[in-house]
Amino acid sequence: MKYSYMGKGVPRIDAFEKVTGTALYTGDLRFPGMLYTKLLKSPLGHARIVNIDTGEAEKLPGVRAVLIGKEAPYKFGIYMGDKTVLASGKVRHVGEPVAAVAADTEEIAERAVELIKVEYEELPGAFDVLKAMEDGAPLVHENMSEYRHAPFIYPKSGTNIANHFKLRKGDVERGFKEADVVIENEFYQPQVQNVQMETHTSIGQWLPNGQINIWTSAQSPFAVRHLLSVGLGVPLHKINVVVPYLGGGFGGKAGLHWEPLVVLLSKKAGGRPVRLVMTREEQFYTTAVRQGFYARIKTGAKRDGKITAGAFFYVWDAGAYADYGVNITRAAGYSCTGPYEIPHIKCDSLTVYTNHPYGTAYRGFGHPEFHFATERQMDLLARAIGMDPVEFRLKNAAVPGRITATGEKLREDAGRVDECIKAVVEAIGWGKKAPKEVNGKLRGKGIAALWKAPAMPSSTSSSAILKLNEDGSVTLSISSTEMGQGTPTGLAQMVADELQMPIEKVKVVTKRETDFSPYTWQTVASRGLFMEGNATLDAVRNLKEQVKTTAAELLGVPKKELEVAEERVFALGRPDKSIPLAKLATAGIFPDGRGIGGPVLGYGYYTAEGLTNLDPETGQGLPALMWTFGAQGAEVEVDPETGDVRVVKMASAFDIGRAINPLLLKGQVYGGIVQGIGSALMEEFIFDERGALLNKNLTDYKICRTQDIPEEMVFIPIENPQRNAPHGVRGIGEHPRISIEPAIANAIYDAAGIDLFEIPMNRERVWRALRKKGEKRAFA
Amino acid sequence: MKKEIEFTINGKSRKLTVKPNELLLNVIREDLGLTGTKYGCGTGECGACTVLIDEEPVLSCLTLAITVDKKKVTTIEGIGTDENPHPLQQAFVETGAVQCGFCTPGMILSAKTLLDKNPNPTEDEIKRAIEGNLCRCTGYIKIIEAIKLASVRMGGRRK
Repeated sequence: MKYSYMGKGVPRIDAFEKVTGTALYTGDLRFPGMLYTKLLKSPLGHARIVNIDTGEAEKLPGVRAVLIGKEAPYKFGIYMGDKTVLASGKVRHVGEPVAAVAADTEEIAERAVELIKVEYEELPGAFDVLKAMEDGAPLVHENMSEYRHAPFIYPKSGTNIANHFKLRKGDVERGFKEADVVIENEFYQPQVQNVQMETHTSIGQWLPNGQINIWTSAQSPFAVRHLLSVGLGVPLHKINVVVPYLGGGFGGKAGLHWEPLVVLLSKKAGGRPVRLVMTREEQFYTTAVRQGFYARIKTGAKRDGKITAGAFFYVWDAGAYADYGVNITRAAGYSCTGPYEIPHIKCDSLTVYTNHPYGTAYRGFGHPEFHFATERQMDLLARAIGMDPVEFRLKNAAVPGRITATGEKLREDAGRVDECIKAVVEAIGWGKKAPKEVNGKLRGKGIAALWKAPAMPSSTSSSAILKLNEDGSVTLSISSTEMGQGTPTGLAQMVADELQMPIEKVKVVTKRETDFSPYTWQTVASRGLFMEGNATLDAVRNLKEQVKTTAAELLGVPKKELEVAEERVFALGRPDKSIPLAKLATAGIFPDGRGIGGPVLGYGYYTAEGLTNLDPETGQGLPALMWTFGAQGAEVEVDPETGDVRVVKMASAFDIGRAINPLLLKGQVYGGIVQGIGSALMEEFIFDERGALLNKNLTDYKICRTQDIPEEMVFIPIENPQRNAPHGVRGIGEHPRISIEPAIANAIYDAAGIDLFEIPMNRERVWRALRKKGEKRAFA
Repeated sequence: MKKEIEFTINGKSRKLTVKPNELLLNVIREDLGLTGTKYGCGTGECGACTVLIDEEPVLSCLTLAITVDKKKVTTIEGIGTDENPHPLQQAFVETGAVQCGFCTPGMILSAKTLLDKNPNPTEDEIKRAIEGNLCRCTGYIKIIEAIKLASVRMGGRRK
């Protein structure tokens, strides 16, 4: 084969645009007559809105529209239709928008916002997720039972519980009786922010003829179109959603966010385009964040290391709106065990409303949170039965043939967590003698494993269009957005390989536009390369079929004898029977001038195979299109005086099936690890007692900078191909960010002999634990 | 009271009338239409708005436009051409230092000043030079690798 791009580190196809500053993001777009939006935000966590006076604001020259909640009573949501774009009747969290102004300039809009007067009557708030579950707790949504929701979501009417996912397998009480050792522990992770470098940005236009145009930093243009149509009650085909490049998504731009707000403002402003760019502060407390997490886990094992039972109680602090949170609760529920076989399981995973900023997806979709609990618990249980934590994990590993929590027997091609664990053990030097103290700092190593499958509707689908151009080049259209993950580059490699043409002749359309682009469900769940990959391969097959049909007529050769390569259709071994693709792009032509065939437009799709609904009482069924398994190893250094933790080395292995592009793969892995380190050691929402976020900027809320990265990172790709995947690949977008926290926590125990149950493991928490343990060097 | 300023932007002289409280970031993005410079936080915490003034990296979201009078401003659009990209731009492409791309312009400009002053930086010097530029995608590893590669190609000799 002349062209081979599989497994090659092809530079990403969008890189040049990005290094020259010519790549366009939503905030870079300009439209004639465009207006600018500013928001008035609630200073209170839970309060009734008694009155809003917008009179002064409306009089200000340059103000074109002022919108308040009661003018926008529409409920939006993908899984739970609980969200309005402006607070209506009452505010549910500090930072929630109460009114919005569209004006000629941002400055005017800002001044107008200051002129709006709101009278509130403060209500008792639900600021603690566990107390919010108790009887008599203040209700965040009194009318929850009236909300539209997905059939697999189970809200509890009259409470703050927006979803209760249940899983029951075997007999958990019997399992605990069979165990020699049973331990129970509690774990906690705070709310955090995705911190995409590009804040949420949307431009909306509602024209007088009913046409709605949207340009937005959304991960999923078709989801935006659908959810907007349902929420506003406008016909789907009247809405066109355009998504240019995204400056990072990490789940926070999935589903629908502020698109309805700019559209409604535009309608009020007579159809002028209206833009909203979230400030960084708003990104922290007005728009969506990651849910907080509490876990109580009880696990039993025999002395020989076999786990007999697990009871998992997960509570998710959804904040004021649980639209996405309810499905994170579900996904974490059906994956609750981590990558292990446990015969007897009980899991209850609950989404709980509070008066905190509202939760949504964040890279890993609940898995970084619950793996902190389960992978800490694995180490604690191994210690309790006196077994090496690696041996303990391998003994229970969910390898092919074993049964998952939902009753799925893992296929032979399901991927190997045991191989990932062993690779990390080797790379981190597990069990090898190493100094316990270096320059006065305590050293230790920790391991954690992981798994995750895409959380998607059982019938989720993707499609692709591959157009043959008049010069023999091809143009691929897909609707999976480009937010840094690099899927389009991987797809271009696939197309070039399949058509045996130079990758320079494969263009992937940059812009996603629902009026023209092929459908895809969402750009989430590490599903892109798998789903769009299968759809793209299908489109290539379809394009080949079309060109062969026409070429067969022109060449007088049976279709089945024809091949496509090097920009030609030809019969093998017959150099005279060959025609360039370029000559087939618009139509073929017989020697006498007659035309045949027509413009070539390859179409392909892929729909998830074999997924089923889960039983509402037992959670049994098949939710996973593919599992990507992995393991993380951390070596840390703990300062016994200050509690400062530094990650010296990370070793990571994932069974990615097949590496399509090792260069981009490494980008995903290293980037995910460093995000995880930020969460493990520093990131945390800090609230005052009335629910006001205190650290809503990047000075008080730190993410990793260059000095925070490990001295060494080792990535070991494991490649056991998946049968139904394009070239065997599995998703990898989220996985490097999972199980960083427990790997580091387990390493901290190894280094300093302290057990941590709360994230982040910042200096204060580590120092307090050192003091409690009696570490004399931890000075007061 | 607007004020006229005259400055060089990417090698070309420009005269503009700006409000005394107008931010350089807005002038660059809105008046000059150079959207490679990004808004990330507006408070000088993320580095996405980094531009060069007289070859020094500054945060344009915290800089008043009137202060660039008689000065030389360089943005990402001004350091290379399509045919002749800056070695840093080329190195960022080749090493996989770009993901979502939002921090990239600021990152490259901070790195450019470093290499202009210190053709042979150590890893620590590279990390310090870009510590004010936040990136949420890459974990910085490939960015550091790209800067090293560019330093070699620009004639700096690595130890």
